Amino acid sequence: MLEMLLFIALGGVFLSMLGLFYRVIKGPSVADRVIALDSIGISLISVVGLVSIILRTSDYLEVILLIGILAFIGTVAFSKFIEKGEIIERDRNQ
Amino acid sequence: MSLLHFAILLPLVVSLFIPLLYKKIRSVHTGWFVLLVPLILVAYFSQFLSQTMAGKTVVATMKWIPSLDINFTAYVDGLGLLFALLITGIGSLVVLYSIYYLDAKKEALHNFYVYLLLFMTAMLGIVLSDNMIVMYLFWELTSISSFLLIGYWYERERSRYGAQKSMLITVFGGLSMLGGISLLSLLSGSFSIRESLATVGTYSSDPLFTVSLVLFLLAAFTKSAQFPFHIWLPDAMEAPTPVSAYLHSATMVKAGLYLVARMSPIFAETPLWFYLVSSVGMFTLFWGSLNAVKQVDLKAILAYSTISQLGLIMSLLGLGAAALQVEILPDSLYTVATVAAVFHLINHATFKGSLFMMAGIVDHETGTRDIRKLGGLSQLMPVTFTIATIGALSMAGVPPFNGFLSKEMFLTGVLEVSESGLFHLDTFGLLFPFVAVIGSIFTFVYSILIVYRTFLGPRQLDKLPKKPHEAPIGMLIPPLVLVSLVILIGLFPNLLSNTLIRPAAEAILPKVIANGGTIPVEIKLWHGFNLELFLTVLIISVGTFLFLTLPKWRSLYHRMPKQVSLNHQYDALLRRGERTSTAIHDTVMTGYMRSYLVYIFGFIVVLVLSSLYFLDAFRFDVNPLSTVHTYEVVLVLVLVGSALSITFARSRLTSIILLGVVGYTVALFFVLFRAPDLALTQLVIETVSVALFLLVFYHMPEISRKEERIKFKLGNAAISALVGLSVTLVALASLSQRSFASIAQYYIDNVADLAAGGNMVNVILVDFRGFDTLFEISVLAIAGLGIYAMINFRKTGGIDK
Repeated sequence: MLEMLLFIALGGVFLSMLGLFYRVIKGPSVADRVIALDSIGISLISVVGLVSIILRTSDYLEVILLIGILAFIGTVAFSKFIEKGEIIERDRNQ
Repeated sequence: MSLLHFAILLPLVVSLFIPLLYKKIRSVHTGWFVLLVPLILVAYFSQFLSQTMAGKTVVATMKWIPSLDINFTAYVDGLGLLFALLITGIGSLVVLYSIYYLDAKKEALHNFYVYLLLFMTAMLGIVLSDNMIVMYLFWELTSISSFLLIGYWYERERSRYGAQKSMLITVFGGLSMLGGISLLSLLSGSFSIRESLATVGTYSSDPLFTVSLVLFLLAAFTKSAQFPFHIWLPDAMEAPTPVSAYLHSATMVKAGLYLVARMSPIFAETPLWFYLVSSVGMFTLFWGSLNAVKQVDLKAILAYSTISQLGLIMSLLGLGAAALQVEILPDSLYTVATVAAVFHLINHATFKGSLFMMAGIVDHETGTRDIRKLGGLSQLMPVTFTIATIGALSMAGVPPFNGFLSKEMFLTGVLEVSESGLFHLDTFGLLFPFVAVIGSIFTFVYSILIVYRTFLGPRQLDKLPKKPHEAPIGMLIPPLVLVSLVILIGLFPNLLSNTLIRPAAEAILPKVIANGGTIPVEIKLWHGFNLELFLTVLIISVGTFLFLTLPKWRSLYHRMPKQVSLNHQYDALLRRGERTSTAIHDTVMTGYMRSYLVYIFGFIVVLVLSSLYFLDAFRFDVNPLSTVHTYEVVLVLVLVGSALSITFARSRLTSIILLGVVGYTVALFFVLFRAPDLALTQLVIETVSVALFLLVFYHMPEISRKEERIKFKLGNAAISALVGLSVTLVALASLSQRSFASIAQYYIDNVADLAAGGNMVNVILVDFRGFDTLFEISVLAIAGLGIYAMINFRKTGGIDK
């Protein structure tokens, strides 16, 4: 029963990822694509969570944390890139 | 190392000190020091005469590479000694001549004598080596030193051309000789000529034996300037005249004759040997004498005459092979050709050496060698005129000089073989005397031409660059010694017959001696009225007639189209070879990375698919496959979908993002296939590399950022599809054909006990197989340092930033 529910949940997450994927490709602006990518990252977290339950293992909890951090850093970097044109600014005193 | 080895290597050792002598002692011509070397060697080698006359041989072995059966075995028999005496004797005369010919102040004498001594060692090495590999070594050394000597005046273009041409042709022959040596030693099991000869009966029916024979003959023909490889010799006349006299008349060009004579006992029982050697030699005799008549340069006439005379000796060696076909030799009739070959070899060295020196004197004293400008020098240079007359008459075969005797013997040999009925010679054997007589007639014509156009006829002093006068006495001594030998041998021919000719002929025909026969060497100046004498009279009278009418028919030579000439063919061959290779290079090496990738991938596809097909290597077995889950199918669809969309993406930014999707999907696969460490690393690395791709994209010039699809090319699509197909097939085939069980169980069992760890991947990385990790760390370090270096040490306009 639980197995069944888990698969249904996975299917749901995949469907939402598909929608987000469509948004990544379609655009129309870069900001749309970045937000869609961020959400795909979050969906990935849930996929990994669900899969760990199915596989009955706790080894993937680090992966979940990592995806969280990476999605955050990536989104921040993209945002800065869109706003200022570069990610790491030059030190002005140099 | 015996005294004999030291004698062979003496010139080489002395040559090391020549530059020192040249630099330190400038007041004395360096040649005087060099002169001692051949003189000592002549004296040394003369000692062996008594032994070879008694039919004995001298062997001395020096170990060189014993494990490979390569030892420097010096072997002195009649044939080797004859050549050694020629090399050192004429070497002494040539060195003496060169002292007066080359100016100590203007010429680079240290170069000249180093090359010359190098050559002397090389020639002595060839004729006195029993080990074929050592002989090959010296053989190539003669090619190299001859190359250096021809290119002695390297600032002249013709010298460089001649040196290159002779190098290419003789090295071609040398390499084929190496092939012949390899085959022969494989068959006989030894590099030694004598040992190969002892066992020749056991392997002479092998088909490779014939191949070896042809390869050896190629070497001999190229070195001895036989048709069609004779073309390098006239161009080698750019060398200083002492070199032409020494290398290109008396010694080096006879190395091929030596090889034929030395290998005769092994190969001569094959009919092919007889046919090739005698007919090539005969044709060369004819062709060389025919072409000599049309030359206008004294040295060029002599070069073609050398070719022709070498052809004569070569054909005699071939005819001598007929002697081995006859089991019982009633009166040793057929050995006359071999004796004639040896005799003419000696005679040719004497008269041709003197003629070359004469040409050098004329060149030295008048400033030209062009016979159209020369004439009437007989009263101005009487001694040189005498030398030229005796040398040329001997070459023409006029009695009482030595050339007459060997020509008579040549005619005897030719007539006998054509009558012998061997090798079905009844029909085309008649050609031999015919060609021989025609060749001899032309020989007569050009011999007279040399003397007449240079020393007789009208005097044209205004055309000469220098005012002619008689040469210094030092320059005249060497040719005078040679022409006195010409007369001496001509009048007392039996002087040499027992000392030099018989031992040499016995070395060429050992089977005759082994069968209890003897080789009669009785050379008579007058042998009665016979066919040969009438032929000589015919040659002289027709030759005189042709010479008198020469201006009338000489223009026939210009009728011959230029395209047929072998020099033209050689040049065209070189040009065509160069052009073809450039053309191939230009089409294949386009400079575009994409073409090379097409070659690489195309080659991989052909190799993999054809080996799968021809080796019948493809298997597909469903047993090792596991069940497929739905989520795996979904992930595969995502992976394939995004990978395909990369190829159709319009902007590069989309491609980068899609590549990121592929990477993350792979990370998800790692999750599904239970590889948490891989998944972690994959996620981080994918993020970093996507960021790097974006960085690169941001810095791209505007023009490359415009949106454009990848252009479709059918070839590329086909190759990529085939690469995918072959990799897939190989993966399936290797999955289905596991030979051994995995060793993973060992790690599972021991990860906790032996390595005190719980995470097996990490334990393998740092414990079981930590060595790989160390070097992957190094790779990362190198990459980091490399990036730092590339960014910080950029050169902008030649100035470090």
